[in-house]
Amino acid sequence: MALLEVRDVTKKFGELVANDRVSFAVDAGAIVGLIGPNGAGKTTLFNCISGLMKPSGGRIFFDGVDITDLPPYRIARMGAVRTFQVVRPLKDMTVLDNVLVGAFLHAAGGAQARETAETCIRMCNLADFAEKISGDLPIGIKKRLELARALAAQPKLLMLDEVMAGLTSTEVKGALELIRRIRENGVTLLIVEHIMEAIMPIADKVVVLDGGVKIAEGPPAQIIHDERVISAYLGAKFSRRLQAGREGGTHG
Amino acid sequence: MNALKRKDLFRLALVAAAALIPAVPAVAGNTFFMHVLILILLYACMSQAWNIIGGYGGQVSFGHSVFFGIGAYGAGMAVVTYGMSPWPGVIAGMVAAAVVAVLISYPCFKVLSGHYFAIATFAIVEIFNRMFLVWYWVGGALGLDYPVIEEGLKNMMWYDTKTGYYYCALGLFVLVFGIVRFLEGHRFGYYLRAVRAGQETAESLGVNSTIVKLAAMALSAALAALCGSFFVQYNLRVDPAMVMSLDMSIKFVLVTILGGAGTLAGPLLGAAVLIPLQEYTRALWGGLGGGVDLIVFGLLIIIIVIKQPAGITGIARDIAKLAGRRPAEAKGGASRGTA
Repeated sequence: MALLEVRDVTKKFGELVANDRVSFAVDAGAIVGLIGPNGAGKTTLFNCISGLMKPSGGRIFFDGVDITDLPPYRIARMGAVRTFQVVRPLKDMTVLDNVLVGAFLHAAGGAQARETAETCIRMCNLADFAEKISGDLPIGIKKRLELARALAAQPKLLMLDEVMAGLTSTEVKGALELIRRIRENGVTLLIVEHIMEAIMPIADKVVVLDGGVKIAEGPPAQIIHDERVISAYLGAKFSRRLQAGREGGTHG
Repeated sequence: MNALKRKDLFRLALVAAAALIPAVPAVAGNTFFMHVLILILLYACMSQAWNIIGGYGGQVSFGHSVFFGIGAYGAGMAVVTYGMSPWPGVIAGMVAAAVVAVLISYPCFKVLSGHYFAIATFAIVEIFNRMFLVWYWVGGALGLDYPVIEEGLKNMMWYDTKTGYYYCALGLFVLVFGIVRFLEGHRFGYYLRAVRAGQETAESLGVNSTIVKLAAMALSAALAALCGSFFVQYNLRVDPAMVMSLDMSIKFVLVTILGGAGTLAGPLLGAAVLIPLQEYTRALWGGLGGGVDLIVFGLLIIIIVIKQPAGITGIARDIAKLAGRRPAEAKGGASRGTA
């Protein structure tokens, strides 16, 4: 059974349709990539899944439960935890304290939370920064903190929103290695990426969004040869969009 | 090695000072200084109560004089109206304050956001003040005057010396600061700070921010009410203007911010600076028509906000840094006590 199922999800902001009847499923244990050009509606879809936004239509199921109308904290407690594309460290707290907030979710007590937090900090190579105030750190480290904090909440489904954007190529390699290790620990991953090259080597399945619509779904090897995907990335989407009479800012 | 030794010496000095505190009445006797000490402890506790929601939770409340007043009236009515020991009234006042706090803040946390909480709490001060002024059951504008009854802990009342009140205030201090110290290192403390630092982030990690803020507000109000009970027992009278006023509300806020909001030591440091100032300026210049203490308050706050928004705690941290300690050591204080 699919761990996450997105069924006909539509999200409108006034006239703008950010997601248009998007459907896909994420199987337990898989790494699924959600890709698409800027403004394709990836983050909006993430916000709908994680409960931050209510979809205008469609349903979302997690672990067999309809989570469409649940608040974010309930969804997180069920085991679907996300990171944010624009990093959100709890600024005046240390790295360790940030990760502890995540760790307390499923810990019986402080000692257990601390143990979980320290493990996640080590996994994300943050041990040297544990006592640093998170707001003062450079972006690469803040990205790792996003990941460590979400991991500490011991998710069944970890949703990563462009954790690799803005990283150097060495850092990207490290991040990919880490993602593989997270999967080995039995965590299912849904990864939003803008850069196709980063996600292709590790994903079992890729879902491609463009202009709010799902234009392709399948294994990476198949996706990179898909006509519509290629044209979307080459920018042909603008002409298509003009034809559809939907110009006016699908950039989000 | 050297730094470690210095730290140990500092700890030792703190323990020695703490050991001497109970002996203060033997030296200070029944002086004005004793009165100031009691008020420092009381205001430190009041501010610490406020600090839970205002400092750690980041929700600035101007309504704490209402909770303080409800606590004062709880004890006052138990003694004056019903001729009982104040203690049942203390409990009733704490519960009532927590209920009022939850009723007021629920819509603010659930539906409204941002500054509405500050505005709503601001408004209830006037509402409660007027209500208590005309409410016959609680004594109206005349307030409640204590009868002469047996002194001692049972009635939380002493006539000849302030020693009893001093120990009572110390007990209050240990209780309130102990509760906050405990929470700081536990789940609730982390969640509360997380909600302040980023509500959406906290929610994405499974934190029900509404419940966390409501619980903080209820605890904060109950402890403020407990302080109010002590206040009425110390003054042996209460009327609406004494407790439920914006002046009083603002003192909760100022003492904490001056000392350092969201830190354990902040309220004590703030009270230790502001209360002697208030009491001695009042004693010196009281004849000038009141308000001089508030002018001094205001000036201090302006200076603090410009120079070091983190308050006296922040200044202490700066000094510690200058003295050559590692900054991480000074900053990491709150994170150490996970248990």
